[in-house]
Amino acid sequence: MIMEWNSIFLTFRLALVVCAVLLVVAMPLACWIAFSRWRWKFLVEAAVALPLVLPPTVLGFYVLVAMGPDSPAGRLYQRLFGHGLPFTFASLVIASVIYSLPFAVQPMASAFSQVDRDLLGASAVLGASRLRTFGRIVLPLSRGGIITGVVLSFAHTLGEFGVVLMVGGNIPGVTRTVSIAIYDHVQALDYGGANQMALLLMAFSFITLSLTYAVNRRMWAVWPLPRQNARRLLNAES
Amino acid sequence: MLADYSMRNPDVTPAATDPKLSVDIIKRLDGFTLQARLEASPGFTMLLGPSGGGKTTLLNCIAGLLRPDSGRVAIGSTVLFDSASRIDLPVEQRRLGYVFQALALFPHMTVEENVRYGIAKLPAARREQRIKSMLKSFRISHLAAHKVTAISGGERQRTALARSLVTDPRALLLDEPLTALDLATKSKILEDLREWNAAHSIPIVFVTHSPQEAFALGERVVMIEAGEVIAQGAPHEVLTSPRHQTVAQIVGFENMFDATVVEMHEHHGTMICQLGLSECRLEVPLISTSPGAAVRIAIRAGDVMIAAEPPRGLSARNVLSGRIRAIRREGVTVILAVDVGVDFEVHVTPSALEELGLVPGQQIWLVIKTYSCNLVEPRA
Repeated sequence: MIMEWNSIFLTFRLALVVCAVLLVVAMPLACWIAFSRWRWKFLVEAAVALPLVLPPTVLGFYVLVAMGPDSPAGRLYQRLFGHGLPFTFASLVIASVIYSLPFAVQPMASAFSQVDRDLLGASAVLGASRLRTFGRIVLPLSRGGIITGVVLSFAHTLGEFGVVLMVGGNIPGVTRTVSIAIYDHVQALDYGGANQMALLLMAFSFITLSLTYAVNRRMWAVWPLPRQNARRLLNAES
Repeated sequence: MLADYSMRNPDVTPAATDPKLSVDIIKRLDGFTLQARLEASPGFTMLLGPSGGGKTTLLNCIAGLLRPDSGRVAIGSTVLFDSASRIDLPVEQRRLGYVFQALALFPHMTVEENVRYGIAKLPAARREQRIKSMLKSFRISHLAAHKVTAISGGERQRTALARSLVTDPRALLLDEPLTALDLATKSKILEDLREWNAAHSIPIVFVTHSPQEAFALGERVVMIEAGEVIAQGAPHEVLTSPRHQTVAQIVGFENMFDATVVEMHEHHGTMICQLGLSECRLEVPLISTSPGAAVRIAIRAGDVMIAAEPPRGLSARNVLSGRIRAIRREGVTVILAVDVGVDFEVHVTPSALEELGLVPGQQIWLVIKTYSCNLVEPRA
């Protein structure tokens, strides 16, 4: 049995693109979650966390419906690109971004909210705009959380199955990712082939995560810690 | 946007402008309402009061980190906040120096990067020159390349001051600075701050809960409690005539009695008060009140004299006889508890104790001048 390099290449391409998109989408969202005092903020937090608890098939189903030819978004895409959105690489990217959103947003929001508010005040008093404060103070002090968010969403996208199957189907070179290829091998009772690819995926994920934790030796929480906890952690460090 | 620092001409003598910080604000919070009205001329204004009294809230309102419900904050002719004309200058445009209680140095930067932070928009030559001279003024030039997490408490304090002052602020706010430092380090840093301000002459609002610090350092003292300014003025004014019970307690009036006015001697400028439920009577300065009214009398333990025999021929109007209940020594002060019908605390020197041969149980006489009795307003 030969390795399906096609699927492996596709999977990595998908994970990289999803990471890039998430960096742009998740960072402002995390920033808003960490600093907003809007009273209904918890609704947004819950919505972002939904993919953590929903079966991928539910999410995939609604993304499929939302992208289909009967929806406004689907029709717009059809008109712009001349073909439908489902079962394309783009549809995989959209679905994966939504599915991995909490994995990127939560470590980032957690890190942002752990930045001592006094530092933000001091920065403002010293004449810095909000943007400058974010760039010079919040970002450097949240580096760990941002790296964690990016790596987690990368690794999570690598291992995705249900959502991909729902919106992408199983088109070699277009939407057939490693996890789907593994499933196919098992269905065809080709355990050897399945094992090869599964091992590769597992080894790679383990190495990526180990590297992240090694580089980023700091507690990260899945959800922003209460403020006192954060204080305690910071104090323990200094 | 950063303010244009070049507007300030260093050749103009500070006295020519003499900008005063004036604050008159109301801010409602969960526990209490801050209602502050005060002025700070160039020099040290000490904001004194117990923790949780609203001192930090007041600084945050001045800095713009909190928005007052109403009122006005101005420095000279520059209005920072005015609810009536809807002015609320953003924090970053107020050009104030603010040293937080925990300093809030940027932990990922060096000493020099911290100092540089507030003047990034200055032309490079002026900026570098100013950073250099500021590091020198606060004696931290040799630490420029050190991370702020790797220097001592005193050095961190100096860095925080340098970082705030390098921006040439209109006023400096200090929130309980130097609390963690020993006395020697503290006074050296304050000397450097005074020296800097001799040339720049800006209002410095210095928050502290230590009366000693407040009265020793300040040109002006503002006392604040439960969100209210309860006294302000030159240190000796606030010290010598406490008009408020909290003020009296803070500045050290060990004896505080609830009393009833029994006689008024208008032509002598005095009145007689009975202390609590005891037989004990004191002649005190006259205030506008009437017989039967409740008043509160504050007397310093150090203002009470002790006589071992019945004294004669004194100008002091109050002589109370009683017994020593206990004698305790604290450093060079001997503290006596004396029962004259009410309990008095009296401070004498160890030599006075020896000379008079005072022992517990002994009968003695307390001598108190009328003007050592201060009438204070009981807390509402």
